[in-house]
Amino acid sequence: MPETQSGPTPVAAAAAGGGLLAPPAGDVAESLYEHGLEVRARSQWAYARKRFLRHRLAVASLIVVTAIFLCGVFANFIAPHSYSAIDLNYLYHAPTVKSAHYFGTDALGRDYFSRVVYGIRTSAKVGLVVALLSTVIGMFVGGIAGYFGGWIDNILMRITDLVLTLPLLPLLLTAAALLGQGNEWRVTLILAFVFWTNLARIVRGSFLSLREKEYVEAAKAAGAGDFRIMFRHMLPNSLGPIVVNGTLTVGTAILVEAALSFLGFGIQPPTPALGALVTEGQDNPQAWWLTVFPGLTLVLIVLCVNFVGDGLRDALDPTQRRVRA
Amino acid sequence: MPDPILSIKDLAVEFNTEDGVVRAVDGVTYDVYPGEVLGIVGESGSGKSVSTMALLGLIPQPPGRIPRGEAIFSGRDLLKMKKKQLRDVRGKDMAMVFQDPMTSLNPVLKVGHQLGEAVKTHFPKRGADEIKEQVVRLMRTVGIPNVERRYEQYPHEFSGGMRQRAMIAMAIANDPSLLIADEPTTALDVTIQAQILEVLKEAQKETHAAIILITHDLGLIAELADRVLVMYAGKIVEQGDVFTIFSSPRHPYTIGLMDSLPRLTAEEKWLQPIPGQPPSLINRPPGCPFHPRCFLSQGRARCREEEPPLRSIADGHLTACHFGEELEGRISKQMEAALAEGAAT
Repeated sequence: MPETQSGPTPVAAAAAGGGLLAPPAGDVAESLYEHGLEVRARSQWAYARKRFLRHRLAVASLIVVTAIFLCGVFANFIAPHSYSAIDLNYLYHAPTVKSAHYFGTDALGRDYFSRVVYGIRTSAKVGLVVALLSTVIGMFVGGIAGYFGGWIDNILMRITDLVLTLPLLPLLLTAAALLGQGNEWRVTLILAFVFWTNLARIVRGSFLSLREKEYVEAAKAAGAGDFRIMFRHMLPNSLGPIVVNGTLTVGTAILVEAALSFLGFGIQPPTPALGALVTEGQDNPQAWWLTVFPGLTLVLIVLCVNFVGDGLRDALDPTQRRVRA
Repeated sequence: MPDPILSIKDLAVEFNTEDGVVRAVDGVTYDVYPGEVLGIVGESGSGKSVSTMALLGLIPQPPGRIPRGEAIFSGRDLLKMKKKQLRDVRGKDMAMVFQDPMTSLNPVLKVGHQLGEAVKTHFPKRGADEIKEQVVRLMRTVGIPNVERRYEQYPHEFSGGMRQRAMIAMAIANDPSLLIADEPTTALDVTIQAQILEVLKEAQKETHAAIILITHDLGLIAELADRVLVMYAGKIVEQGDVFTIFSSPRHPYTIGLMDSLPRLTAEEKWLQPIPGQPPSLINRPPGCPFHPRCFLSQGRARCREEEPPLRSIADGHLTACHFGEELEGRISKQMEAALAEGAAT
């Protein structure tokens, strides 16, 4: 075929209409960087942070709840008294600045402010650990179910459904009764065992759709193993809903723990827990401070946590482009 | 000829659907030799992508199924490999460049880290610094400017062309001996296509990998390929080196493909498509799958009744047409024009 090889690329010219080999134009575009004309691009997380910071209620809530939790963490510095110290001069005393009983005292003369501060420590610990544990469990169960699908998905999701259908309070009461009470870790484990189901469903749904993405296929073609794909490629893509759900779980866990303690099946005295502290006000309605202060603290914590969760949801939802005032 | 690095024999891929079994790839046999660029052309649905996806084990099963065939890659049958063994081959000895760079990069991972990931998958013991160094080198190879800065950027900060460069970098990260490029330029605009072609050539020079180039763009084939497979309805209908295919095609489908390109050199008001549509892969027409649309088959019973085997018509030139010899001297109008132009200059 002498003619075909005569020109440089007659074949290419014919097929593509010539001019296939244009000089690279990349340098022109790149030079914009040097002149500062480029729009500063942000990562997804930078956008999320920006959106969250615009959400004033959420930011304020975050500050408040962080302050409250820090009170709990540094309870031994903040509390003026020990939570179990008895002051016989002040029995059932209303809030007073004298002797630093800011929230009053209970029937035994124990300082209620100190007890609330230590109660925050207990509640925060339970809430955060439950959220963490249930997130980890839910992530694993939902992730494996969503990634592998098929019968694995079926079995895991039926187990999830089963746990989800268990009536919460009777289950918790029974578990507390059977396992024995008092230990805050026991309560934490029981709550974590119940709370992972929501997240498992969320993660499963997210993985089911991520599984079909091309970059997952590309990762597969690059030789990545199942768990590498799950944790390096898919999990970061579903982090938004996981974070939101985890945050909201903190609030719910604190509430349920309080309910359990209120009913006497949760954390037992002398360890102060906010729920148990509220109970003490039951015996003596005149001593309003016994109910109001731990109750208000509880409400404030849960409310703030939920606002933070809301803010996160708005910030992490990429479809939400509305700019908040 | 040297030994082939990949030798595919009688590969078939089927999909079970509600309407019946779709035979997407139906008995395909070919070899890939070290360092060559093998182009696979064909219409959408001709089985060109599916046949290579099967090699990497990327056919979802079910609904997919590989009822028969073998694919010997450096002495081992890919289709019989365990999942773990196949994973070691993927991305290391055999890598893939995907069609759409917009969706093939993970949006939440920085590009540099994502490339590092491709290395780390196969060399988990390699240190972070060493990997970074390697990634930076890769990014330079594929012509990504401002590497230090680009390394820390996310895919959405990359343009389409840059992303495809990154995808190519990822594919050649572990020095593969075979690179599968599945329509690497389809999602890009024409000026960027040309650059990506250069990058592919550069990448091949760097790694000496054989490339399987899947495309429906004959221009790409002409520019890059050494040998060409033409696929139709899940079968290979013509095979030969690139000059032979373009200058003396011996299958009416190949000629039809070339004729249906727009011609810029002649005054022409209408495109010249191949009449009809590709056959259903569930109910294949009997005989030659192309006969309902073929200008050679009109009125010939043999085309309707007997399926033509892929046979040798000249040295290294195979065709699946009963009457391929009749096409002697018949080239596409495109080529005629191009040759006339070539002769004039």
